[in-house]
Amino acid sequence: MKTFTKYLGAACVLGLGLVSTTAFAADKIKIGVSIPAATHGWAGGLNWHAAQAEKRIEATYPNIDIIVVSANGASEQANDLEDLVSVQNIDALVVLPFESDPLTVPVQQVKQAGKFVTVVDRGLSLPGIEDVYVAGNNPELGRVSGEYIRDRLNDSGKIVVLRGIPTTVDTERVDAFVETLDGSKIEILDMKHANWNRDDGYEVMQDFLSRFPEIDAVWAQDDDIALGVIEAIKQADRTDEMFIVGGAGMKDIIKRVMDGDALTPIDVLYPPAMIATAIDITVMKFTSNAPVEGRYILGATVVTKENAKNFYFPDSPF
Amino acid sequence: MSSLERNEASISKTSSSFNIDFKALGPFLALVGLFILGTAINEAFLSSGNLSNIFTRAAFIGIIAVGATFVITAGGIDLSVGSMAAFISGAMIVVMNTLVATLGAGVETVLIGVLVSILLGIAAGAINGLVSTKGKIEAFIVTLGTMGIYRSLVTYMADGGTLSLDFGVRGVYRPIYYGDVLGIPVPVLVFFAVAVAGYVLLNMTPFGRKCFAIGSNEQVARYSAIHVDRVKTLTYVIQGLCVSLATIIYVPRLGSASSSTGVLWELEAIAAVIIGGTMLKGGYGRIWGTVVGAIMLTTIGNILNLTDAISNYLNGAVQGLIIIVAVFLQRGDWRRKKSK
Repeated sequence: MKTFTKYLGAACVLGLGLVSTTAFAADKIKIGVSIPAATHGWAGGLNWHAAQAEKRIEATYPNIDIIVVSANGASEQANDLEDLVSVQNIDALVVLPFESDPLTVPVQQVKQAGKFVTVVDRGLSLPGIEDVYVAGNNPELGRVSGEYIRDRLNDSGKIVVLRGIPTTVDTERVDAFVETLDGSKIEILDMKHANWNRDDGYEVMQDFLSRFPEIDAVWAQDDDIALGVIEAIKQADRTDEMFIVGGAGMKDIIKRVMDGDALTPIDVLYPPAMIATAIDITVMKFTSNAPVEGRYILGATVVTKENAKNFYFPDSPF
Repeated sequence: MSSLERNEASISKTSSSFNIDFKALGPFLALVGLFILGTAINEAFLSSGNLSNIFTRAAFIGIIAVGATFVITAGGIDLSVGSMAAFISGAMIVVMNTLVATLGAGVETVLIGVLVSILLGIAAGAINGLVSTKGKIEAFIVTLGTMGIYRSLVTYMADGGTLSLDFGVRGVYRPIYYGDVLGIPVPVLVFFAVAVAGYVLLNMTPFGRKCFAIGSNEQVARYSAIHVDRVKTLTYVIQGLCVSLATIIYVPRLGSASSSTGVLWELEAIAAVIIGGTMLKGGYGRIWGTVVGAIMLTTIGNILNLTDAISNYLNGAVQGLIIIVAVFLQRGDWRRKKSK
């Protein structure tokens, strides 16, 4: 049934594509954007920012056509890439791979078909395929969070860590975090996976609270987890005892930082808006003479009470 | 010959009565075992705070699983409950947020939200039931379809992100999850009430006996003048109602719903039912077993959080192992072999 709807969708897109090519100039530059579907908060923000970028760019450059497709899994995304090349005949591809390994060869084929390729966030397993690479900085996110906690606790204290879904992203963040704390007197009481999920964050934190009588700080590394953690701490009535460091830049948490909530003094960015950065750089390839090829690593900006309003997007779903 | 037959009959009779005893006790024994294990691992396990956490968490899956006991006993299956819970949570939040503008963030708003939840639950259950019975489609396929539909609907409503309940309403609604009566958390009381009602309905009413009959043999039930379609549809309606009750206590917990709400709850609910001794193929159901099954599932997760002896990456393996062992213990085949 899923395949059927997908073909139906593909047929509609094809139909629209035909209409638009006959109605408008045939030499429009087409940029395909392939991203994971909005199955969790961060990916929801990703889809929202991709749609916003599409609107903005198509209004600015009438000769550029952005086609956003979202996939529910690695194999579905591989099919999307084939469709973008053969059916849509794109000139450039912006792709945030669902997983690195299974999508390396499909993206390589797009490159071999002579398209300009921009890879976002999750790098491919073979070097030299993409023209542009745009990513957030996972080790940096771990390092910045670790530094903040170390400084704030004056180099000693007890903390707990809630990890994400067991993946490279999670491992890179946690390794850098642990490395930053090495040599200090800060004790990591335990680390458990909360799968970047509110409900899991709530339950894991409840258990940490009943297990450890003394906790000085919580590293949640993700804002969805942080929201669950906040409720668990409130329920246990231990809000004065500790603070939480999240990550990503979800509007609810940014709002709390902006309002000066003592429980969430800062947030570390890992913005889904990076898809817009990638689309903009790809568009520049076709609209300016500036060289764009290369690697762009976004900083893991620390959001504080002072600068929070620059990162607050109340309309975004994330 | 006849004495031999009688002898055989008496053997099978004694062994089966022995098995039934063991089956009824099995899940309870497994739970006691888990509690001993938990206490041995960390003495914080038996603290009143931790126990109250376990029972409160078990309430969601437990209430849904009580409904699933009816569906499975009558030979059906419902895979849509997790998505249904996410969809109903989302719809409740949207309705209540909209009402804040006209009614304000008061008790009325919450009551209307609760009413919407109950109506949606009953309607969703009726759809699953009617389409599978009147449409003559296997329940597996119907509920697999509705599972995808509800999941997409909540993603669509949330625009791919998260639906958050208005903070004013959250304050009013909060006691439904965080409140307690005489020290017992409200969700646990609701869970207990649902279980008692489920027990009475399944074991002491003609409706319950019809569920058993249909699950054992649908054709025979039909010939015995049981309105099979009506009874089966009703089991799905009960399931929908249970999902809506679980949702009503879930929403005030974090005040949000997203596409990741309730993922895999259907499998947890079915697992709780089977651990409790209900037959997956239908014909036999046990509500108290289901209750214990749901508590066991939450307890396993809790124990794993209380220790760092087991690698986090192996959590799923430990859970799987305990579930299989628990069911193996209560099936009792291994005892019969020994006695031979």
